[in-house]
Amino acid sequence: MGGFLVQILNGLQYGLLLFLISSGLTLIFGVMGVINLAHGSLYMIGAYLTYVVAGATGEFWLALPAAVIGGLVLGAVLERILFQRFRHRDHLDQVLLTFALILLFEEARAALIDNQFHAVQVPPVLDFSVPVMGGFAYSAYRLVVLAICLAVAACMVAFVERTRLGASIRAAAENPEMVDLLGIDARLIHTLVFAAGTALAMLAGALAAPLQSVYPGMGDGFLILSFIVVVIGGLGSIAGAFWAALLVGLIDTLGKVYVPQLAGIAVCGLMALVLLWRPTGLFSRA
Amino acid sequence: MTRLTPRGNLLLGLAALVLASMPFWAEPYHMQLASIALVAAMFALSLQILVGAAGLVSLAQAGFFGIGAYTVYLFGGRVSIFISLPGSLFAAAVAAAAIGPLVLRTRGFYFLMASLAFGQMLFFLFHDTSLGGGADGVFITRPTMIWPVSRSARPAVFLLLNLASLSLMYLGLWWLMGTMFGHALAGIKINEDRMRALGHDVQRLKLAAFILSGALAGLAGHMAAVTDAFVSPELLDWHHSAEALLMILLGGIGALHGPILGAFALTLVREIGQSVTERQRLVEGVVILAAVLLLRRGLAGWRR
Amino acid sequence: MPISRRSIVGGAIAASGLLAAPAIAQGAPLKIGLMLPFSGTFAALGESIASAFEMHVKELGGKMGGRVVELIRVDDESDPAKAPANVNGLIGRSKVEALVGTVHSGVVMALVQAAREAEMPLIIPNAGNVAATRDLCAPSIFRSSFSNWQPAYGMGKALAAKGVKKAAWVTWDYAAGKESGDGFGDGLRSGGAELTKVLTVPFPETNFQPLLAQLPGLGVEAVGSFFAGGGAIQFVKDYAAAGLRDKLPLCGSGFLTEGVLKPQGAAAEGLQTALHYGDGIDNPKNLAFRAAFKTHANRDADVYAVQGYDAAQMLGIGLAATKGDATAIKDFAAAIRNAKIDSPRGAFTISASHNPVQTIWLREAKNGENRVIGTAAAALADPGTGCKMT
Repeated sequence: MGGFLVQILNGLQYGLLLFLISSGLTLIFGVMGVINLAHGSLYMIGAYLTYVVAGATGEFWLALPAAVIGGLVLGAVLERILFQRFRHRDHLDQVLLTFALILLFEEARAALIDNQFHAVQVPPVLDFSVPVMGGFAYSAYRLVVLAICLAVAACMVAFVERTRLGASIRAAAENPEMVDLLGIDARLIHTLVFAAGTALAMLAGALAAPLQSVYPGMGDGFLILSFIVVVIGGLGSIAGAFWAALLVGLIDTLGKVYVPQLAGIAVCGLMALVLLWRPTGLFSRA
Repeated sequence: MTRLTPRGNLLLGLAALVLASMPFWAEPYHMQLASIALVAAMFALSLQILVGAAGLVSLAQAGFFGIGAYTVYLFGGRVSIFISLPGSLFAAAVAAAAIGPLVLRTRGFYFLMASLAFGQMLFFLFHDTSLGGGADGVFITRPTMIWPVSRSARPAVFLLLNLASLSLMYLGLWWLMGTMFGHALAGIKINEDRMRALGHDVQRLKLAAFILSGALAGLAGHMAAVTDAFVSPELLDWHHSAEALLMILLGGIGALHGPILGAFALTLVREIGQSVTERQRLVEGVVILAAVLLLRRGLAGWRR
Repeated sequence: MPISRRSIVGGAIAASGLLAAPAIAQGAPLKIGLMLPFSGTFAALGESIASAFEMHVKELGGKMGGRVVELIRVDDESDPAKAPANVNGLIGRSKVEALVGTVHSGVVMALVQAAREAEMPLIIPNAGNVAATRDLCAPSIFRSSFSNWQPAYGMGKALAAKGVKKAAWVTWDYAAGKESGDGFGDGLRSGGAELTKVLTVPFPETNFQPLLAQLPGLGVEAVGSFFAGGGAIQFVKDYAAAGLRDKLPLCGSGFLTEGVLKPQGAAAEGLQTALHYGDGIDNPKNLAFRAAFKTHANRDADVYAVQGYDAAQMLGIGLAATKGDATAIKDFAAAIRNAKIDSPRGAFTISASHNPVQTIWLREAKNGENRVIGTAAAALADPGTGCKMT
């Protein structure tokens, strides 16, 4: 029984990290109508940035704001230079463009840092374990990551539901044309949303660095999963991304435990079921 | 989507003859390269039915390609190519028929993402389970042909085999796109709702295209397995699907023969890139950017 | 009507074919293909091997068999899917006469197939696929490292000798992991113990949480494992963080702690592993080798460096016997087979299936070193079952 509860904890922690990545993706889809296959690369960039910052300053905690600020800047730059122009191009162009971005990000990382695997140490203050049950202990750092993800989720919901800017974003996600008519600066919203989405993905990478280490291709698995989360949750819905991410995290983790060879298939199967029932996602407003 | 005039087809035919003559003057390595390009052309051409003809951008194509390839592995020992080839076609068609109804429930971005996820599901099937011999890939015994092929004759024989397959696939599709089915697909690409309003069973048409496309991808995968004698789960990865899209873009979405041009162009660019630098990703990334930004109509539309 | 690009492409390919330099003339450089991972989770291993190989070539004055050596590096990215193309490129485009590679057990199969078909010398400086020296053995293929079965067998044997009756095996789900597990099981059985459970994660996954949480409930007394490179760092750290070190002793083939003790830190302290190399081997060759490697590569030697160095030794011996002719496989193979390789790990001989016959040391991780504390298995040869050369 203890083992099962620990696995639930694992699934939730994985799912919350997944939520951080997927929330940005779903907003970008919903608000801007743009597909970004390079989203997983942003996660990787956040992790490598953490490795560099933590290595240079010796302080892991500095990496988190670095990832967030770096993400906001990178996202804003990408949006202004590239995505703004490609919003209206067809899917094929967007797929290939963002696929090219993946390759170029990999090359940039290889040139600026390297192609190696790097371990990032858990901050010393959290480098202990909390006995959970049944002879198993949980790393304190993992619990803190869980808490941080929940806090970010709460802030996002509060921001989107309670503030005027949040309302504009919700409106833009639901009905892009209306936003222009209402006189809200759609371009500003697009830049903000893209920047926020990028920052979220990079923050996830930063938090995950001590948990899964830093290596080329570390974002590949999360990219697919985040797409599945967005399809299940519904384009543009943060609540949808939240619940879908938790669900996917749990199914993936429990799948790895009980039917290890079928875990990946199980997650895709979950998406298939949702598509049968609600082709536009569980929480979509369409 | 435009089809070549008979004169255009004649030019393609001449190029095919040049390739067919390679066993007389070319090095084995270059014949291997030509085979790589031909298989890639078949793969991209199979996707063109969805992308160019019907306007459905799918990232699942590699999954069907891989099923076709792995079918050769699953046949096991010495099976005749006259069995393995229809076997691969059939297996891929079945997979497409199973996935099609699900993925076609979605439209637009959802379709793109759902196709990506289903393609990955097929990837996991061969990567995570022992069905395909494991994550590392396996070397396979080639199917037997009409008479035995010696090691030194392989590059030439496979070149001709792949050339024949591509030619048949292309001619078949060239004819198909001129029928009512082809025109209906074109109508769906332009305005799906209007076609539905006009009384066409759009779902069935799309599903038919999806299954045909998947089956032909399986054929391409079969040829890849026969040529390389090696299959690995990476054949089903979505990056491979994206490469098919790239070849279509390079060659021109608007033309049926575009994927063929795109496949050869990409193979050539890659080969030149390999001899020049180790940074292959950079080469590929720049090529894609250039294609998306500059080649609005692809190589096929160059002189228009 | 657009000009068909195919004709232009066809012409270009034809032209480059005609212009390609033909066969190797006397005195022409000896091109050796070095196909290794220079990126990804095994990048550090690839660099170690390449560095040590290059170091020995330098020691030989840059020549093998009287010909100047030209090394051509290819990054295989530990990707089996790209392997056939990479190998074909080395043989067809770069026109190498001998192959050296690689680390990943899936990638090496493409090298083995190509070497068999082209009857080209191949020295494997790491990848332990048993097939390369069992059912797919060939006169021109040699290994300077180990078979996946060897170190794990040593570990299983040592564990059983300590009184453990039931153990589990944890690894990545690919050839190296599976074959090591088989060796571990055989070693346990040789001492009257049992391998009761095998748990795997897909390669190169580093999310070990779901797997670790299952371990306490398995009813075993110890856990053996195989991970290497980056994965080994994460696994050992996570194992300790899950509070398992005290409750469930962890061990494994030595790759778990080889070259990665520093990043693993306190989590690895006291870990016992079995490998054909370790710290504290004080024969003169090893002392000289370690000093030279430190100067050459600016870091400490590890088992990967030793294997790369010995690969160069073996290739050098073979080519010396054929005076630089890489196609004289019979003499090439006979020379290496009959040689005693003066290796830093201790001199070793080659088995009939072309795998090293060597001692597997038992080591303990202490203060950033894998100290040799005993012998896990002496003069161990891979069974070589199914090899048609023997």
